Amino acid sequence: MAARPLSPHLSIWKWGPHMLVSILHRVSGDGMALVGLPVLLWWLGALASGPDAYATFQEQATSWYGTVVLVGLSWPFFNHMCSGLRHFVLDMGAGFELDTNRTWSMGSMIAAVILTVAFWAAIFQA
Amino acid sequence: MGNGTSIGKVRGLGIAQEGAHHWLVQRFTAIGNLLLGLYLVFAFIFLPDLSYTTVVGWISGPVQATAVALFVFSTFWHARLGLQVLIEDYVHSAGNKFAAMTALNLFTFAGGAFGLFAIARLALGVAA
Repeated sequence: MAARPLSPHLSIWKWGPHMLVSILHRVSGDGMALVGLPVLLWWLGALASGPDAYATFQEQATSWYGTVVLVGLSWPFFNHMCSGLRHFVLDMGAGFELDTNRTWSMGSMIAAVILTVAFWAAIFQA
Repeated sequence: MGNGTSIGKVRGLGIAQEGAHHWLVQRFTAIGNLLLGLYLVFAFIFLPDLSYTTVVGWISGPVQATAVALFVFSTFWHARLGLQVLIEDYVHSAGNKFAAMTALNLFTFAGGAFGLFAIARLALGVAA
């Protein structure tokens, strides 16, 4: 491998919301790719296999650990969605001023938690 | 460094000529994920229940089946691009990188194909 210069090492920076939102974007996206997509496939495969297979899926999905996994997938969904929307803004070259960046970093993370809570409230209220 | 010389490109010092494509497709699929993901979220919320009969009845409709099939296509493609970046960032040895990319491609194509097949089966009424 060519000895390319590396990015400044993580440890020399003071942690801020922009760094947290960045690593959470990666964690939530790759987490959904590795866990969420297999769950999606299990759901679709169970539906396509018939009522018995779907009953097995539902039994696991509504158990305490199934609930942990599903709630644990809904937060990454909304988090990745909110920080992804932030990335679209940044892609246009906007929102890089320190105050604006801090505001939208915090905003996207807070919005993700609110949307996750609202989603489950809507599911259980129905 | 200028525009890169031939020997520089051979040594891996020049541009790869495909960076923008990966970057753009990640954005295009992100928009697809956003629209179709929200569609799925609202379906989960507004379906009267999530029982087998209700969900199969919903997903086997032509518009619904198309939307969920596109969701599978878009998310698997987006995940393929995202995990590729993860591998490129953290797996540095050439052999391991090749193995990881191979595993990723198998996972993406096999998973995506299975998802699309399941939806086709539901939409065409074989399972109902």
